[in-house]
Amino acid sequence: MRKNPFGTVPERLDKNRYETDVEQSHIEIDQKAAAATGAGPLLVRVCPAHVYSQQADGTIGVLHAACLECGTCLAVAPPGVLKWHYPRSGMGIIFREG
Amino acid sequence: MNDVVTRDVDFDVIVVGAGVAGCVTAYQLATKGHSVMLVERGQSPGSKNLSGGVFYSRIMEEVLPGFIDEAPIERHITRNCLSFLSETSFVNVDYGDERLSKSVTAVSVLRARLDEWLATKCEEAGVMLMSGVKVDSLVMEEERIVGIRAGEDELMAHVVVAADGVNSFICRDAGIRNKEPLKYLAVGVKSVIGLPRNVIEERFNLTGDEGAAYAVVGDCTNGVGGGGFLYTNLESLSIGVVLRLDDLVSKEETSSELHDRFLTHPAIEPFLRGGELLEYGCHMVAEGGQAMVHDLTRPGLVVVGDAAGLTLNTGFTVRGMDLAAGSGVAAAKAIDAALSKGDFSKASLDAYCAELDKIFVGKDMRTYAKAPHFLENPRMYGAYGQLLSDVMYGVYNLDTTPRQRLVSGALGALKKSPLSLLQLVKDMYAAGRSL
Repeated sequence: MRKNPFGTVPERLDKNRYETDVEQSHIEIDQKAAAATGAGPLLVRVCPAHVYSQQADGTIGVLHAACLECGTCLAVAPPGVLKWHYPRSGMGIIFREG
Repeated sequence: MNDVVTRDVDFDVIVVGAGVAGCVTAYQLATKGHSVMLVERGQSPGSKNLSGGVFYSRIMEEVLPGFIDEAPIERHITRNCLSFLSETSFVNVDYGDERLSKSVTAVSVLRARLDEWLATKCEEAGVMLMSGVKVDSLVMEEERIVGIRAGEDELMAHVVVAADGVNSFICRDAGIRNKEPLKYLAVGVKSVIGLPRNVIEERFNLTGDEGAAYAVVGDCTNGVGGGGFLYTNLESLSIGVVLRLDDLVSKEETSSELHDRFLTHPAIEPFLRGGELLEYGCHMVAEGGQAMVHDLTRPGLVVVGDAAGLTLNTGFTVRGMDLAAGSGVAAAKAIDAALSKGDFSKASLDAYCAELDKIFVGKDMRTYAKAPHFLENPRMYGAYGQLLSDVMYGVYNLDTTPRQRLVSGALGALKKSPLSLLQLVKDMYAAGRSL
């Protein structure tokens, strides 16, 4: 894998502007359903923003603050694994270029 | 006339989503004298929107005359490059034409700026713009859509326009487009790389506000259906990959790694050298073409733009914004007629579908109806890039072995590749029929 000169994904996201909803996450994962369907590794690799991560205890971590709101995870997740909606009014990613 | 409605409403029309489709619909209805509210979930219009970059913008001259001169566009696309990559090579068809700069039909844009400008134009025309408001659901009366709900508030309208993009939760709420097949969806992963103006112009052979657009196929997605893109803005490059979700899932690839793989490809990396990352983003793209365009109306509801599945990948051009604008024009015409009749039934609003079919939007969707199936061909994302580069290598690698004529050399390269001559002929025939 050639190294992207513009940094790792988290480093790149640091350049973006977000209005983070600190009270409420717009992503809910059903850990049991995720484990039963093996959806974890799928979510980890499809998300361009690395919102999902495999935790040591076998659960899937969700960093909703990093979300770029594309909806890929919702499209590929097996039924019942994910509740995903856009963040609340005015919250989330603020593209300055687009 | 049991469909005639005399209900109290807050606005004649509520448009959900201030992208290109929503703004064009709202603007045209306001200029016809209707009361229109435009609701946008982002803090400002454009802040949730992201596009590959090229806007085939001729339609905008009909909507907003002088668009090319007044709108915050980046560059006029005068150079189009179709690039086939293998892992270590590229073969380009590079087309530049002075006629393209005289008859501007394609411009690069950055949506955060463009959409904010479009929404300002809407406000000037009398549209009530409400930014930073997410619509939670539709208000229904039996089968009829009569308004929107945002938090505690309900707002009523004769017609609601779903212009809320490819993930349209409004459509899901109305029972439209609950789950599209994964092969009809792709994710675009994009970086905007800042570079000085003169560096961009030198690297891409451009003068003034001329711009270049690259459509890249072959190795750039490591065999996943889709491709790469590269567009010049005034002082930045928009670059990234589009990855079909069915392949992304089945081929065990990681979306961010495919993006990085493309940006660091030896044919691409020199363009970006010394640049500064301004933004990293992603967005869903509808790839189903005509097959995704269905259920465009309900009683009291009209669906436009990406929400209606109106995007086209023809292999050469990737289109969405022009179709969005066209659908806005068609929707405004049909809704204007519905408002003057006071008839908001599905039959009345179906005039929108008829209007779409009459203009380039419906016609082009039909012309390219077979393109998505053709572009599902896995040979497009691997074997053909390699074959092309092997043919060119045979032509230019004069290593003192005796030369073969071009056709014999090409046949030799074909023999070494996993492709057969019959397959090549079949694919060329399919390309001719679908692109």
